[in-house]
Amino acid sequence: MIQAFDQIFVLAKHWLLGFVPAIAQPLCSAILSVIPVLIAFPLLFAITTWLERKGLGRIQNRYGPNRAGPYGLFQPIADAIKSLTKEDIIPVTADRMVHFLAPLLLASAAFLAYAVLPIGRNMVIVNLDAGVLFFFAVGSVVELSVFMAGWSSRSKYSLLGAMRAIAQMISYEVPLVLASVVVIMQAGSLSTVSIVNKQAGYTGIWPHWFVFTPWGLVGFVLFMIAATAESNRSPFDLPEGESEIIAGYYIEYSGFKFALFFLGEYLGMFATSGMAITLFLGGWSAPLSFLTWIPSYIWFFAKLVTLICGFIWIRGTLPRLRMDQLMNLAWQFILPMALINMLVAGIWHFMPSGVLRWLVCAAVAAAPCILLSFGLKKKKKFQVRTYRFAD
Amino acid sequence: MLGNGILKGLTETARNFFGSYVGKERLTTVQYPEERLPQIEAARSFPFLVYDGADWQQGMRCVGCQICEKECPPKCIFIEKSKDKKPDAVGKQQFYPAVFNIDISVCMSCQICVEVCPFEAIKMDVDYNLSSDDRFGGLLFDKHRLAKSNEYYNTIHPTEAGAVDARLAEDRAKAEAKAKAAADAKAAAPGAPGTPSLGAPASTAPAQSTDGEPK
Repeated sequence: MIQAFDQIFVLAKHWLLGFVPAIAQPLCSAILSVIPVLIAFPLLFAITTWLERKGLGRIQNRYGPNRAGPYGLFQPIADAIKSLTKEDIIPVTADRMVHFLAPLLLASAAFLAYAVLPIGRNMVIVNLDAGVLFFFAVGSVVELSVFMAGWSSRSKYSLLGAMRAIAQMISYEVPLVLASVVVIMQAGSLSTVSIVNKQAGYTGIWPHWFVFTPWGLVGFVLFMIAATAESNRSPFDLPEGESEIIAGYYIEYSGFKFALFFLGEYLGMFATSGMAITLFLGGWSAPLSFLTWIPSYIWFFAKLVTLICGFIWIRGTLPRLRMDQLMNLAWQFILPMALINMLVAGIWHFMPSGVLRWLVCAAVAAAPCILLSFGLKKKKKFQVRTYRFAD
Repeated sequence: MLGNGILKGLTETARNFFGSYVGKERLTTVQYPEERLPQIEAARSFPFLVYDGADWQQGMRCVGCQICEKECPPKCIFIEKSKDKKPDAVGKQQFYPAVFNIDISVCMSCQICVEVCPFEAIKMDVDYNLSSDDRFGGLLFDKHRLAKSNEYYNTIHPTEAGAVDARLAEDRAKAEAKAKAAADAKAAAPGAPGTPSLGAPASTAPAQSTDGEPK
């Protein structure tokens, strides 16, 4: 019974496929797998915009949206209607084709990333052998679409915003990938499904999630920091700075195209959060062994919503970084820590299990963290600025 | 420790988040159409014309002297003087405004009209819910719309209105005493024709407000 409830979507799909002639089954199977993802995640996007505005409001001691529907729950619908009915303005000098394609590419790249995310037991669109690699490859298409948007708009603000965004995204893509390498080292596989299966066991009531190891914890924190920067969220929301470059690379977008950018950004955030869940938080597996009766997809979405709430909390708390601070953090702290973390994962792999392994790994991870943080905290000397002018 | 400040910030925002559900005093937002803050006494929006008694046309204090029209910096007041006269608040025969318009889309709420008015006829209102879908007609207030009773003035600015009422009562008493003295002198002088036409109508029109103390 519990088994059936857990597999209800899988069984439903097989039942539906029974009505289709054998020749059309592969195509129908693909469509039936894709459609729920195309419905569930935009729906989650709608809920998240409401949650974010409410949460930020409460953090700032405001009510947040409370006019549209009970508790402002229909706010996303109102926003959608608004953005659909707004005029779509394309600058005269813009490259119309590229300007049109950029938001579409962003949204479709964000959707493609969900192909390899296991959102439940036996619930993954394709189980690629190089799933993690595919995920990061698709994720880097986002950078292309950002630059397409910035370049085709023919506005200095959007170009500067795009350059900022690219600089930031490329800088943080390296630690994002390196932080996930440790998991691939331990699991010995690039397939997301087998990574989750590796974490699905329990010792007593405690799960075998990778986050409960020294290298996993460090990797998770680094991954989440890099994911925040990848999805252009506060405190790394430099690509859009009201006071400097206004809305950044999508300043020349309005109406539904702007909404698509918004959607793509949030979908990217969900996808990287989903990847963090898959890599470090045990994917769809239950956090305690006696909770396995709750269906796997519910666990996945519960973890996802928890991470989203974390993102909102961070956004409501931290001020933005300056561009140089952003780069210093990426190259002077997160990148070396990610490399050292790979060393920690190697030590963990070759030492016999026990308390000693824990202590050694924790020490090897903590010492450079403290040492590197000195470099970040180094006091800058204030001095009179000297200017040199051309004679 | 690295990240100490971040943790401190996170606890602070978490306290704000949960505190706003527990303690109402954290939420300072006044949800406007349903909730309103109590009006402060010195608040002012746009001018209105004060009238005494029940009939707004009869009791209007304005005498159409046009001082406010001349003084108004953005020139938002338009007055047309009447041809005939009628007794004012003090009981003197005065002109009255046949037309008195204020365009509140032009008015800048400077209160200069109030300060220059010698008859205490124009005062500042506190009503701010004046939005209208008629851009021109809806914001051009005529004499009828501007006229508001002295009782209303007493409710919105009690202190100021009390002082005004006291001063008016004093002026009226003085005028009556003067009229009486003049009448006595006339009565003493032999062969005075007619009746004291000045004092008689004064006692009819502003009869209620003669002893108009602040309520």
